[in-house]
Amino acid sequence: MSNVAQPYLVFDAITKTYPGVNALRGVSFGVAEGTVHALMGENGAGKSTLLKALSGAHQPTTGCLRLAGREHVFTSTSAAMAAGVAVIYQELHLVPEMTVAENIYLGHLPQRGGIVDRTRLNELASSQLRRLGEDIDPATKLARLPIGQRQMVEIAKALTRGAKVIAFDEPTSSLSAREIEKLFTVIRDLRREGCAILYVTHRMEEVFRLCDACTVLRDGAHVRTHASLQAITPDVLVKDMVGRDIADVYGYQARAHGPAALQVNGLAGPGVRAPASFSIARGEILGLFGLVGAGRTELLKLLFGATPATAGTIRVHDAPVTVRRPADAIRAGIVYCTEDRKKEGIVPIRSVLENCNLSARRSHVSFGGVINETWERENAAAQTTALAVKTPSLDQLIKHLSGGNQQKVILGRWLSEDVKILMLDEPTRGIDVGAKSEIYKLMFKLAAEGMAVLVVSSDLPEVLGLADRVLVMRQGRLAAEFSRADAAPERVLAAALPVDTAAA
Amino acid sequence: MTASPSTAPASKSGGAAALLDRAGMLLILGLLVVVCSLTVPNFASPNNAESVLLQVSTVGIVATTMLFCLASGNFDLSVGTLIPAGGVLCALVLRDTGNLVLALGAALGFGALVGLINGVVVAKGKINPLITTLSTMMMVKGVAFVFADGKSIGIANDAVLDLANAAFPVFHNERGGVLFQITAPVWICFALFFLFGFLLNRTLFGRNTLAIGGNEEAARLAGIPVDRVKITIFVLQGAIAALAGVLLASRMGIGDPKTAQGIELSIISACVLGGVSLTGGVGRMSYVIAGVFIMGIVENAMNLLSIDSFYQYIVRGAILLSAVLFDRFRTQR
Repeated sequence: MSNVAQPYLVFDAITKTYPGVNALRGVSFGVAEGTVHALMGENGAGKSTLLKALSGAHQPTTGCLRLAGREHVFTSTSAAMAAGVAVIYQELHLVPEMTVAENIYLGHLPQRGGIVDRTRLNELASSQLRRLGEDIDPATKLARLPIGQRQMVEIAKALTRGAKVIAFDEPTSSLSAREIEKLFTVIRDLRREGCAILYVTHRMEEVFRLCDACTVLRDGAHVRTHASLQAITPDVLVKDMVGRDIADVYGYQARAHGPAALQVNGLAGPGVRAPASFSIARGEILGLFGLVGAGRTELLKLLFGATPATAGTIRVHDAPVTVRRPADAIRAGIVYCTEDRKKEGIVPIRSVLENCNLSARRSHVSFGGVINETWERENAAAQTTALAVKTPSLDQLIKHLSGGNQQKVILGRWLSEDVKILMLDEPTRGIDVGAKSEIYKLMFKLAAEGMAVLVVSSDLPEVLGLADRVLVMRQGRLAAEFSRADAAPERVLAAALPVDTAAA
Repeated sequence: MTASPSTAPASKSGGAAALLDRAGMLLILGLLVVVCSLTVPNFASPNNAESVLLQVSTVGIVATTMLFCLASGNFDLSVGTLIPAGGVLCALVLRDTGNLVLALGAALGFGALVGLINGVVVAKGKINPLITTLSTMMMVKGVAFVFADGKSIGIANDAVLDLANAAFPVFHNERGGVLFQITAPVWICFALFFLFGFLLNRTLFGRNTLAIGGNEEAARLAGIPVDRVKITIFVLQGAIAALAGVLLASRMGIGDPKTAQGIELSIISACVLGGVSLTGGVGRMSYVIAGVFIMGIVENAMNLLSIDSFYQYIVRGAILLSAVLFDRFRTQR
């Protein structure tokens, strides 16, 4: 590459080595001014590590960044910020208890004589937000804003610091469809203003709708940079990411269903406003779709006894069960893989072995609760082998595994139990393509063995691709039911949209 | 632009660092013993070894359950006043009834009751353990003073005095005096190290404790009875603190409500010094043993060197701080 049209941001042979792991192996590519550049790759491919090098959170072992031709190695996040680089993470770095304006100007609040000039602060913040098309009162506490608007606050914060390079890390993962549209508009505006934008995502459609170029990483190495996406199909990118073709992502197979595995009658409680009644047959995969906040997770938590139900009965394999706490549900054969793995699934600072056996040991302990360690190790080994978990050893802390592998360990934890009903809440969120298809395959296999599977997902194609039958939740109620044949995307989505707003 | 990156595998595995990770504070403890033996006069004598063991036994006994408390992400200050209260109660019941079993039962029962209150308030009431146990610490202190009427209560019962002075094995010097012996409190301390070490590593209770400390919500959603485990930990902690108090009282021959002031902080420091995480989820009995002995030996060495107790506080604080910093550095690598 000569000096002609050197991109504004260049990653130059960046290598990052952790003890025992090569997280990045000489990654080089450029992001031009006025473009949105997608960064794709399976989890563990090195995207986060690259972003950390960009934001100054970590320093590369070798290699450097170049901004407008000048070499930089950021030793701190403030150094990166000062050079005009902003990284907007999935988990936003904002202070919920402070006002919107304070968050935007945190660290350089306008002052007069050492005292914060509130009037000026709010005016500045307000104009900054209007530039992004947001009409938010800058004096509102951040905690009151929905997630989409918080993201706008984060973007405004970046812009006030004169960010010229903005990197987004899966920004749409917790946004509604409307919020996503708004975000895209803002990103397009930023592109027009000449920002160099790096956009990390797992969602193929976003790449093709929003991005101008795309770089794919695999196992810490640069696979390919597509300078234009014009002649590229999603299959090409998937192939780049996994290094192989994935014919049909879901691989749906019809199965014969047995008698009812789970019968729920009039179940109600926090977040589930109208009593919910439904059933799942043995061998059936039931999809539960709804917008974020429609009460899907809440319904599963009632079934699992994680929140107490106020009404309703549950029957498993035709026998009534009383579920007051998760242990009751587990004993009855109902298990639940949580939506938020980090917060509700794994114990990050404990080993794969312990995480895998967290709930399964009950039947394998002798008098006084003494653990049968041989059994434990064999069980964890069997589960991780069966699920193809990638881990250097069973004693590895689970926090060092990628999202997909963590999810598999949790699945292994539940499959050590005598499961009759498997509830999966967003089982593939933040998981790479390869692990996704493995989890799909597992679901079909379990269903074929007679397990009833209840899967919640915000990803409509995923629900439709997996489920034999689809239930739709809307505003805390079960709103509609579709057989696989009837479940056309438009109809399912229409049933999920709020009824009382004109904006839908 | 198609860069084909070449890989330079990381050759630096860090054998020394890995060893530090595993042996950690035990290694430092060993080093400390060697250094003290060479530099501190009278340190490496059988007599001194006996007194170090006896000195650390009180902190050691309570640290075994404090390990569970910290590992589950909790905290217990009330042990600081439960130790004197246990001693006072034991002495009182002995004075009035002369029944050793009753006296022990009263002290341990009281400790367990305070632990139950702590546990229920923390687990069910969702109150911060620091505040909860700070409150019960003050209350227990008051109770001890009320029972003892502000005075220390002598123990005349031989059986109780024997409790602390029973020793095995006993070595005599050539003149017939005791050269070295291991007394009952030390044996009890060792037994508890073993018992609670086993409970932590090998039982469901221990695993659940660590899981709760590591991620309480995940533990709850894995079907672990979180509240029950927490309450059990506090009850054990209370009873063990009272037991330590009884042993201390029997060693002294009095139940004194003013004894063992500030010991709760020594206990927690010893655990943290050994590498038990204050945020929960990480802990081993070997950490606690190392912490307890490092603290005890440093204190002993300073006494042998006749360092003023005012300076001793400064040194102990500095050691704790550097241990925590060292641990931070070690885990961040």
